[in-house]
Amino acid sequence: MDDVVSAPAARLLCPACGAERVEDAAFCEACGLDFATAGALPGMPGSSPVVAAPPGPGSAATASSAAGAPVAGGPDAPPVALGETQSRHAPVRLETAAAGEESPLDVGWTGPVAGGAVAVSVAAPEGVRCAQCGEGSYLDGYCDQCGGKEPNPRDHFSETPAAWVAGVCDIGKRHTRNEDGMALLAQEPTLSHAVIVVCDGVSNTTDSHIASLAAARAAREVLAAPIPHAMGLREALLAAVSRRFGDAVTAARRAVVETTPATGPGATETPPSCTFVAALIHDGLAVVGNVGDSRAYWLPDAPGSEPRQLSTDDSFAAEQIREGIPRKQAETGPQAHAITRWLGVDSPADLTPHTDQVQLAEPGWLLVCSDGLWNYCSDAHDLRDLVGRTVAALSPVGSPSQASPAAVAQALVDFANGCGGMDNITAALARVPGPDGIPTAVVPAPAPAPAPAPAPEEDGADGNLPH
Amino acid sequence: MATFRTEVFQNEFLPDGGTDVHAIVRVTCEGAGQAGADAGTEAAEIVIVDTSGSMGPTGIAQGRYAASVALQEITDGTWFAVIAGNHVGTLVYPPGRSTQQMVRMDGRTRAEAIAAVQRFQADGGTAMGTWLTKAKEVFLSVPQVTQRHAILLTDGANEHETPEQLTWAIQSATGFFQCDCRGLGDRWQVDEVRRIASALLGTVDLIPSPDRMAQEFAALVRASMARGVAAVDLRVWAPQGAQVLFVKQVAPDLEDITAKRSLVNALTASFPTGAWADESRDYHVAVRLPAKSVGQEQLASRVQVVVRDAVQAQALVKATWSGDESLTTRIDDQVARYTGQAELAAAIQDGLAAKAAGDEEGATRKLGRAVQIATQTGDEEMTSRLKKVVEIDNAETGTVRLKKAVERLDEMALDTASTKTRRVKK
Repeated sequence: MDDVVSAPAARLLCPACGAERVEDAAFCEACGLDFATAGALPGMPGSSPVVAAPPGPGSAATASSAAGAPVAGGPDAPPVALGETQSRHAPVRLETAAAGEESPLDVGWTGPVAGGAVAVSVAAPEGVRCAQCGEGSYLDGYCDQCGGKEPNPRDHFSETPAAWVAGVCDIGKRHTRNEDGMALLAQEPTLSHAVIVVCDGVSNTTDSHIASLAAARAAREVLAAPIPHAMGLREALLAAVSRRFGDAVTAARRAVVETTPATGPGATETPPSCTFVAALIHDGLAVVGNVGDSRAYWLPDAPGSEPRQLSTDDSFAAEQIREGIPRKQAETGPQAHAITRWLGVDSPADLTPHTDQVQLAEPGWLLVCSDGLWNYCSDAHDLRDLVGRTVAALSPVGSPSQASPAAVAQALVDFANGCGGMDNITAALARVPGPDGIPTAVVPAPAPAPAPAPAPEEDGADGNLPH
Repeated sequence: MATFRTEVFQNEFLPDGGTDVHAIVRVTCEGAGQAGADAGTEAAEIVIVDTSGSMGPTGIAQGRYAASVALQEITDGTWFAVIAGNHVGTLVYPPGRSTQQMVRMDGRTRAEAIAAVQRFQADGGTAMGTWLTKAKEVFLSVPQVTQRHAILLTDGANEHETPEQLTWAIQSATGFFQCDCRGLGDRWQVDEVRRIASALLGTVDLIPSPDRMAQEFAALVRASMARGVAAVDLRVWAPQGAQVLFVKQVAPDLEDITAKRSLVNALTASFPTGAWADESRDYHVAVRLPAKSVGQEQLASRVQVVVRDAVQAQALVKATWSGDESLTTRIDDQVARYTGQAELAAAIQDGLAAKAAGDEEGATRKLGRAVQIATQTGDEEMTSRLKKVVEIDNAETGTVRLKKAVERLDEMALDTASTKTRRVKK
């Protein structure tokens, strides 16, 4: 990192949200992170600055993500769309901490109450108004007027990597942190290439919110790499994709293991763990793989076409359903959320994902979600109806029924919250468009200044790069 | 340089519609140093000894000795004076009519002062207000002093001035100097002396016999000399629309400081806590918030430790509304224990006051409640003190009878002990 440190134009970035910061500032003006209590984080004085401007090829700053997803956002992890208070400080990155450390996202938000005192030495960051009362400023994670909590960017985020793919990951109403993780990637044209990963952190384990996001991103990296075209042989392609899903699960589990503390209850009794479900779309073919009870559905628009769940739950409830107990009864029973396979240091030996595929040959929605959504609408037919109603409600009166994936994903999260929001909620969608195409009016603006796409991406889009 | 840190003990979870947030904020000071040792700070100490006729030959002899021992404990360089109190307050050292009515402690002045207190004579009445007024005048004569402390010994009731005169003298001294008060024997009034100590950020206690005076005086002065931070304020912020229900010091002594508030701004009140040594004090802060919907989290209070307008440490008291009863019905151990101890203290003091006023029924009820709380919380020391005042028929239900013949000293000991709290082990 020497070349980075000595670069005269080196910028200091907030280790939590990635916003640029003034050298002597005590708080991040974007996310409110208290730098004084975050001294051990990368990018803090005493360690090295993370990023120099501009990042040169092969610089250490990009090394960690050099093997990353070939996405339109450039060499860094793709920007994550955040709430209004953060969006103008783009590019904003969500980052998880190294193994055993508290996530920088947590600093100032979810620390333990006892001993949670902080040394205070500065005035509030200027400019950021409280989202609740509109009068105060955030001092220490809370408003100085109404005491309202500063939004934690981890609690709610959305990604819209392309007009036809979008997802929303939300804390819900009852949980105190968002343990769902989501990572998306997509390219134009529609149906050419996309990766959708959702990981649901197991709620009674340590720091599973860090683990789930790390797992989702690690899996996205693996699934984003180009698939050998296999000379058009569908069977060979499926075999390659199937192997790729195995690699993705391995990488995701490794990411979870890396977040596992070395000592304490988080090391042995309740190590972080999460589910895994991913959809890889490649030239109109969607392949789905899963471990645990997060799901993927194919929901065709046409009433005559059969909607179906593509994933297979590894859950106690699923075992009961296989034994003949009615779905509704099994999924609401006392053990409904007990899963039989998961990713973590203590995961079962066999983590071969269940896989399925569907040719995206007619208009419809590919939905990837956590149980925070399907708890309220589990059956594929019911979900198709729900999405159909949602799209109709989002469409202008008198115009054809259509809505952007981003709007539908948010609406599905709103639906689950409206039902009680008992769990964290993630809904990610890919749209297979009809003749009207995909509405783009409500797609959020892309994050500013995306770097040029790296070369492998173009090869990947062609789908014929040797593996 | 002194450093402060804070810890918060609370259950932040409120049920749907819940409004009241309770938290114990523990403030710990380290590296306080000695009083007046820092550059730009000067400390002053006044020893006030009751020399009224009621002291008698034995009492006055012990008073001379106790004052001498106290003077030995005052560190060199500290400004000091000695006041003899009866129906007037008289400066007995330093002598003469110089404008500066205090001198710095050194070998010579210490010897002179000890010689001066040997001339104490038991004579006259008791008017403590005049002692306080004299002490303020003496402190004022050395304006560069930044930290002022007095120890006050009395043995009798304040019979030679009106309660209003005492009140006026207390008000005049409040915020100007601190005063620890000690009562000798069984003829003084606990509530009267407690009024002085409470207002002047000091403690009150009982010295049962004259031979214990010297030891007590030495300890008080030593403690005062160890307070290297002259004045610490507790600032309590509460959000717009919220109400601070109370702020109480709950350890090491119970003291409701709510009424001592002064406004810093519309949302922040400041409470004086006096000088600090290397020590730890617990505060119970209660805030009433407008209820929010389940799932919402907000800050209920920022509690800040402030020295000379600079924030040294901060504690955050939070509120989260939850539908989970296993979270919302829990009461934090520290909050529960201190709430119990505060109720116990109130029951004892109210019970003794009712008894003194001849209200046997009220006294029986209050002291019965005190027995019940002491039993429930396993407070054996308080239970044994209560046993000297009441016959306990059933400790569980708090059924008691007032004892016919009670030693007045036992009643006073119960009264003064009621505000000493026991820290809850984590």
